[in-house]
Amino acid sequence: MLAQAKLDALSARIAGLHFPSTGWQGKARGHALERLTAMGLPGRRDEYWRYTDPAKLNAAHVQAKLDASDVAFQDAEALKIVFVDGVFDAAASDDLALGGVEIARLAESVTDLHWASDIYGVLEAQGQMPVERPFAVLGTAFATDGILIRVTGKANRAISIIYRSESDTSDVILHHCVKVEDGAEVTLLESGDAAARLLTVMEVDIAPAARFHHVRAQGRSHHRVVGTHIFARIGEGALFKSFTASINGVMTRNEAVLDIAGNDSVAHVAGVCVGDGGDFHHDDTIFITHAAERCESRQVYKKVLKNGATGVFQGKILVKPGAQKTDGYQISQSLLLDGDSQFLAKPELEIYADDVKCSHGSTSGAIDDTALFYLRSRGVPQRRAQSLLVLAFLAEALAEIEDEALAEDLRLRLESWLDRHEA
Amino acid sequence: MLKINNLHVKLEEEEKVILRGVDLTVDAGKVHAIMGPNGSGKSTLSYVLSGRDGYEVTDGSATLDGEELLEMEPEERAAAGLFLAFQYPVEIPGVGNMTFLRTALNAQRKARGEAEVSAGDFLKLVREKAASLKIDADMMKRPVNVGFSGGEKKRNEILQMALLEPKMCILDETDSGLDVDAMKLVAEGVNALRDEGRAFLVITHYQRLLDHIRPDVVHIMANGRIVLTGGPELALEVEKNGYTDILAGVGA
Repeated sequence: MLAQAKLDALSARIAGLHFPSTGWQGKARGHALERLTAMGLPGRRDEYWRYTDPAKLNAAHVQAKLDASDVAFQDAEALKIVFVDGVFDAAASDDLALGGVEIARLAESVTDLHWASDIYGVLEAQGQMPVERPFAVLGTAFATDGILIRVTGKANRAISIIYRSESDTSDVILHHCVKVEDGAEVTLLESGDAAARLLTVMEVDIAPAARFHHVRAQGRSHHRVVGTHIFARIGEGALFKSFTASINGVMTRNEAVLDIAGNDSVAHVAGVCVGDGGDFHHDDTIFITHAAERCESRQVYKKVLKNGATGVFQGKILVKPGAQKTDGYQISQSLLLDGDSQFLAKPELEIYADDVKCSHGSTSGAIDDTALFYLRSRGVPQRRAQSLLVLAFLAEALAEIEDEALAEDLRLRLESWLDRHEA
Repeated sequence: MLKINNLHVKLEEEEKVILRGVDLTVDAGKVHAIMGPNGSGKSTLSYVLSGRDGYEVTDGSATLDGEELLEMEPEERAAAGLFLAFQYPVEIPGVGNMTFLRTALNAQRKARGEAEVSAGDFLKLVREKAASLKIDADMMKRPVNVGFSGGEKKRNEILQMALLEPKMCILDETDSGLDVDAMKLVAEGVNALRDEGRAFLVITHYQRLLDHIRPDVVHIMANGRIVLTGGPELALEVEKNGYTDILAGVGA
């Protein structure tokens, strides 16, 4: 797309949006708007959007028929924060009070000296190099709300953000900030169809020896459009783990940009998606920068695609000079349940240190007929046998979730999807 | 119990005929052995009976207690009481052995209108059967056949047989890849299952296995047909003289 066309796309996209310029984030939002105006919105000819058409994220208006709300992690012991079509629902939410944690809303935090001003739009802006991510900038400039979480101790419960949707035309932009202080630990859950179209940015700053766990369930309306971004800065000896299960959706682009800044830290991102139909499109785009010594990163992505569904994986590991003893692992795999589905993978390694261990692999395959016959010959009906084999395929990714109850919740949801979408 | 009548089978994808009129009747309580040189169609017979893809039945029938097997799905054949112990048991990464066994058992019970076995009862049942086959708990926790030695895989087949309690058991070269001790263990497992209501079809190259699992009837298969049928002494003759003389004797 020509530069002018990109700017025209941007003008159309933001014409109807309110620009909240006040409060402690006013300045960051202003800067974001300037940056956004310089870059415009992406087009198909942008290398970073080669496999995913940004049209649905660019569109000025959105209309999508949504299925009944379907929220994961109902049984999780967690503080619940509910958004309905992007609007905070106080009545449905718990009090925003949790031991060892400060929780506030972006839309309500008006004090000038706010801890989040060191993060809001800052990690996002750092993540714009070397590749521009215009929708993340849009999220910084125009977010209507979001949750600000500062963890100072070990949170005694998880925090669960629940997105519900009632309107088929809801177009929602949210921006969350998380700061996990020295040695602190928290688990953040996200689930539900938030809107006809949802754009989110989450910036996570993890201090030395802190631990951040993130488990997300996207689904299950077929027509929803979602673009998410995680920007994380990971300090010395810290741990970052993020897992996303994605069910259905005509457009999902999940970006994660991880900056491994402190020595001896660990960063894992993983995800599974299941999609049925020629209009299903799911894209995981990951960029991990190793800028410290003796750090470990891991990417595990598995996609189950059928009836012409499309899956995309773009994953990059950048090892900077001096990031010695880096241990980087990346695997992206798809299970194609028919001949029409496609998986497009672009694994990349760029290494400027000489004492590192990095590996990547990417495969596309079908259900193993021999294994299927073996199961059936023992009396397991075909559908059940297929679903066992699909879940087996997904198991390596699901194993990335530390909390077994959360993993089991997602496993059951995936199983029920498989039962409904007979292969 | 098992009645195979004039069974003709070719490969689905190519014009290669493998079985050329197999006739075989196995009565309840009996152990039949099928021996024969490589390429005679022994393994194909076991695959066709259990419903594996890739074969086309061009003529004939195969019934289990009067029910036509060849029209059933593989899982229906299993629920009807047919069991094939694989020559090469399949490794299934990501599927736990316990999950697999319990899913199989309960699926069969459900298909027959029987109550499912509870997790607790199942555990007890598996432990008991596994112990007699010297299968340790660690093997049960691993994914199906993944990282199992050749002997462990075959013992796992027999364990499945013991749990599922089929009426008609087909053992496809269960002795291949086993050392003498492992073969004895497997044979003991099979012998423990012998009873009046159950029949076995033991496919093997060698007479050795038949020292441990004593057959009532021995068939020699060649070129897609059963060309000779006799008692246990036939197996000894094969061991002594090889197939060539025997086959020449019957003009096959």
